Amino acid sequence: MTETVQPVIVGAGPAGIGAAERLVKAGLRPIVLDEGFRAGGQIYRRPLIDDGRSYRNRYGSEAKKAERLHRAFDRLVPSIDYRPETLVWNVADTDRGGHLDVLSRGIHREIAFTHLLLATGATDRVLPFPGWTRPGVYTLGAAQTALKAQGCTVGEKLVFMGSGPLLYLVAWQYMKAGASVEAVLDTGPLSSKAHLISLLPRAPRIIALGLFYGVQLKLAGVRILYGVRPEAIIGEERVDGIRFRVGDQIETLQCNALAYGFALRAETQLADLAGCRFRFDERDRAWLPERDALGRTSRPQVYVAGDGSGIAGADAAELAGELAALALIEDLGKAHGGDRARQLIAAHGRILRQRDILEKAFPFPRDWFETVPGTTMLCRCEEISISEARLAIETENISEVNRLKALSRVGMGRCQGRMCSAAAAEFLSGVRKVEPEAVGRLRAQAPVKPIPLTFGVTGEGEARS
Amino acid sequence: MTRRISTDVAIIGGGLVGSSAALAIRKAGLDVVLIDKGFCGAQASGVNYGGVRRQGRSPEQLPLSQRAHRIWPRLRELVGIDGEYVRSGHLKLARTEKDFAKLEAYAETVEGFGIGLELIGGRALKARFPWLSAEAAGASLCADDGHANPRLVSPAFARAAERAGATVLEHTSVRDVFSTGNGFTVLAGDGIEIRSRMLINSAGAWSDRFATAFGEAVPLTRIYPSMVVTEPLPLRLPVSMGEQGGGFYGRQVARGNYVMGGGRGRALANPDFSRPAVSAASSVMQRAIALFPHLANAQVIRFWSGTESEMPDGNPVIGPSETTPGLFHAFGFCGAGFQIAPAVGEVICELVTRGQSTTPVDAFSIGRFREASAHTATSL
Repeated sequence: MTETVQPVIVGAGPAGIGAAERLVKAGLRPIVLDEGFRAGGQIYRRPLIDDGRSYRNRYGSEAKKAERLHRAFDRLVPSIDYRPETLVWNVADTDRGGHLDVLSRGIHREIAFTHLLLATGATDRVLPFPGWTRPGVYTLGAAQTALKAQGCTVGEKLVFMGSGPLLYLVAWQYMKAGASVEAVLDTGPLSSKAHLISLLPRAPRIIALGLFYGVQLKLAGVRILYGVRPEAIIGEERVDGIRFRVGDQIETLQCNALAYGFALRAETQLADLAGCRFRFDERDRAWLPERDALGRTSRPQVYVAGDGSGIAGADAAELAGELAALALIEDLGKAHGGDRARQLIAAHGRILRQRDILEKAFPFPRDWFETVPGTTMLCRCEEISISEARLAIETENISEVNRLKALSRVGMGRCQGRMCSAAAAEFLSGVRKVEPEAVGRLRAQAPVKPIPLTFGVTGEGEARS
Repeated sequence: MTRRISTDVAIIGGGLVGSSAALAIRKAGLDVVLIDKGFCGAQASGVNYGGVRRQGRSPEQLPLSQRAHRIWPRLRELVGIDGEYVRSGHLKLARTEKDFAKLEAYAETVEGFGIGLELIGGRALKARFPWLSAEAAGASLCADDGHANPRLVSPAFARAAERAGATVLEHTSVRDVFSTGNGFTVLAGDGIEIRSRMLINSAGAWSDRFATAFGEAVPLTRIYPSMVVTEPLPLRLPVSMGEQGGGFYGRQVARGNYVMGGGRGRALANPDFSRPAVSAASSVMQRAIALFPHLANAQVIRFWSGTESEMPDGNPVIGPSETTPGLFHAFGFCGAGFQIAPAVGEVICELVTRGQSTTPVDAFSIGRFREASAHTATSL
């Protein structure tokens, strides 16, 4: 039996980088697999080619952190086995170690691990409304990525909609980039923002930044409306505007792009394939892998960190990455500074308590489906409308999301529910008049993202020790 | 708190066999309780390939298969949906002359059953199916075979049984079952006690436990088919395809996805659950590209597997218990139960209501394993 230890980190965002740094310090050489072209994750995404823009220009208030993390990673590269442009699409044989099936620049490989650290991040949580699939409608995250990585805007005249701190940040970034921001449509009520007052003593920087974005938007004459619900995107082939409701008033705004989102949803499929136990998280309204204070899952030698294990943002992700690495080191029977772990746990806990307040200040629109017409697509891959899903739920007496998928095809398409399953769970629980927890969670199946049918032809297996 | 239910027939296992039996028996006027540990039709009945095929079955199965063949076109009338059933034809390829000889021999063996096989030589095959690019020695076409959507069909039978008056208990595990002399007691779920005159064991891969409980141990093993599905693509594949030897099967569904299978998945630590094996999926995908070069740029969106039972002789167990009057078995379909299941349901109904089947099922008697299991017992 070999004594080789081979940790594998999936994801090179703040959590993955934080974990890699700590493992290297402990004398380990992790394999770091990342889907991106360059490390940094979504929040600190780097351009494909350097375009001469400064960190300040690209990352705004987060410039210092971005620069520090990028530099840290660049220094790490000689000490790790870094594989960018690598999609991890399956986890197999997870009994104290296992292997990953990956697609790395078009080549299929099996990568063996003894310890697996999942830092898989998150995607935008979206909800359907009439026109949400129209070209010109983007998620807030995608709109931000266009700015950061491609240095372009998704439109000239934009409306931003949704709930969450990202809403104001992205609107502000677009304004600074020279786009015309027509309005910020916050789906939360103005009264919800009162919760932010209790955040002031705990996180003055967040409040200061929020105020800064809000005030600057206001000063530039951008309308900020609260308690908004969309009626429909205007335009047949593209976005010409948006019609929305505020209270009893219906209004129309002209724009050629809309960016929207409702906080983020964790990417948990690999943890599911690794056999981790899940629990329902009230704050995220989602099923998340169970984790201890350091990031150990229910599976031995499998760890989670960052937004992929629950939405807490980049700062928390970096801490969680290091924490999970400490857990891994501890599990190898090596000593690590217990004080460091305690500090990290305390700091991580503080951020989570801030998230509780932010969730109240930027609430999820629980009544969303009460006003969305039945003709709206719920599942865009399989083109299943809300009324088709409702018919299936009612005639088949469906009370669980996997059953909804089996009987109506919601979540069965290309995205495998990554885009629609949060909405589908909310919709199903609404029809059934139960909490979202009660309708269960969509089971993940490999491949977690589409892979070419030719993968088996071009495949090469790496020798497994 | 105990809930007591009294019924004529209790059915353990709400797959397609149990559900179609429940529907038939209910229609015959008896009270039925259908019990499933999960959702009805969520195991092998709901996640199989969806082939509705007679071609390739053993001669013993063909009378039953022919009976089922007459049921499939009546799905809408029976259960309210057509289940995407199409008589597309089932084309079974032979890669080699030797394989083609096997297809020829099979066609001769089953000639008397009237399933209408047509043997097509290599050159004619190219002319008939120009989209087929792989080299083949020949093929056998069963024009009236086809395919359907298992994840719709199987639950629909359970719902139809329920509408017809059956009591359907889902998410209800059977904890214990025993004979009371003049009937059966089934202890299930959270304090449910079902008393029935008759009992049907149609629990698929879980049936051996219930057979053993009545002194009829069977050499049942579990198999895990390995399936692959592509993104939706333009409609091009008009038939359901198979290959002599069984390494590959594939069909294109109305939505456009290619559903393909071959090889086996593997069990997880809990053998009730399984995952497709990447090696099996990979060989299915390689074969798919050889057969259909137009799939070269297609993407695979999902693998899946399920839990199915297999018997050593490739035939199911269908018929009365040899130890316990009033008990009937219907399981062990070896990965090929989907097409015949609706007929099995009717046969079970006949056995329950009249004591005999109008379709021959003697070959599927559980007694054929009596010696084998006795032998196993002594060798242990």
